[in-house]
Amino acid sequence: MEKKRVVHYINNFFAGIGGEEKADIPPESRPGRIGPGMALAEVLGDKYEVVGTVICGDSYFGENIEVAQEKLLSMIGDFKPDAFVAGPAFNAGRYGVACGTIARAVEQKFSIPVITGMYEENPGVDMFKKDLYIIRTGNSAADMRVAMPKIGALLKRMMEGEEILSPEAEGYIPRGIRVNYFADQNGAARGVEMLVKKMAGEAYVTEYPMPVFDRVDPQPAVKNIKKARIAVVTSGGIVPQGNPDRIESSSATKYGIYSIEGMDMMSPNDFMTIHGGYDRAFVTENPNLVVPLDALRQLEREGEIGELVNYFVTTTGTGTSIGNAKGFGEQFSKKLVEDKVDAVILTST
Amino acid sequence: MVKEIERAGIPVVHMCTVVPISLTIGANRIVPAVGIPYPLGNPLLGEEGSFKIRMKLVKKALKALETEVDGQTVFE
Repeated sequence: MEKKRVVHYINNFFAGIGGEEKADIPPESRPGRIGPGMALAEVLGDKYEVVGTVICGDSYFGENIEVAQEKLLSMIGDFKPDAFVAGPAFNAGRYGVACGTIARAVEQKFSIPVITGMYEENPGVDMFKKDLYIIRTGNSAADMRVAMPKIGALLKRMMEGEEILSPEAEGYIPRGIRVNYFADQNGAARGVEMLVKKMAGEAYVTEYPMPVFDRVDPQPAVKNIKKARIAVVTSGGIVPQGNPDRIESSSATKYGIYSIEGMDMMSPNDFMTIHGGYDRAFVTENPNLVVPLDALRQLEREGEIGELVNYFVTTTGTGTSIGNAKGFGEQFSKKLVEDKVDAVILTST
Repeated sequence: MVKEIERAGIPVVHMCTVVPISLTIGANRIVPAVGIPYPLGNPLLGEEGSFKIRMKLVKKALKALETEVDGQTVFE
């Protein structure tokens, strides 16, 4: 029987082509297996063959996503693959994003089983866990000998068309897919069992885990607020009349930065709210309820604060993904830092 | 957004109505606001009364920014 053909994607580092200084190498293709591909071939056994390895530097990939993806897809296609493995990337962020991007592209183009592996905090996880099977790995390549057998085992099951079991059973990161099953006990009994364990201080496993949010240590206090430059940011959807940048009223994909230079207050003639998550009647009449410009200007005049920067930053908070909000924050914070802002007041409705 | 501002090195106070959400997302300095459709003020009390509430809340926010905290703190 002819062996099933597997193609493997790795970065320059795992291919043995230098370190960070070589992370700018463009895609290249080599027959057979290289580096971690050895372990992959071993796990897959006789019925499968790692026929080719495609390589790209992580920086090159990150800076030339379109071009890199196109070249790699063409190289991968030349190997006539039956399945595709990327990485694993462990906790290498750019590598994780590259693995996820190319794995998803291969799945879309060739409709073959694809799989990758990452540490749960790799940014590639949040980007691709809904689309791909990502085997949960440790945070460094030291975990390769544990990770690769899981990748190989799941890939074989996918290639043989077997039923893919739960994330716990297969070792992949939950994809947010709900599967119905028959439990031994009804919900009430299971709930009481959990409650009893919880009250007894024993370990129990929730059936509805809440998302985990990351934490940032607080910054030191502002030393002298009377000299501080202050900026206002809001998720309350206040925009200039007419919403010139067409910020969405829910699930925002963008934010705006608008001037308040020379204004003593937020006039309803100048500003409106487009937020789709609260009754806008009051704020439409008085936008200062969300961006407290009138109060801040008075405090500025009285010398209670140093000065107000001459703009505010705004978006709609309702339904907006954590990923988008985080992206907005990262971007506009750069401007706030450049503009030497000492403190921020962020208002939410 | 609160966290990214703080991560960038700027102290930030979150004035919000739904304090549990703010706690969940990880804001460190939190000032509870009045209501969802009118966080900073209360239009039902008339312009003057509403402005007084807003001024009080903004001053509280400034106070929060001047206060050292070593974890999530709600300034009631």
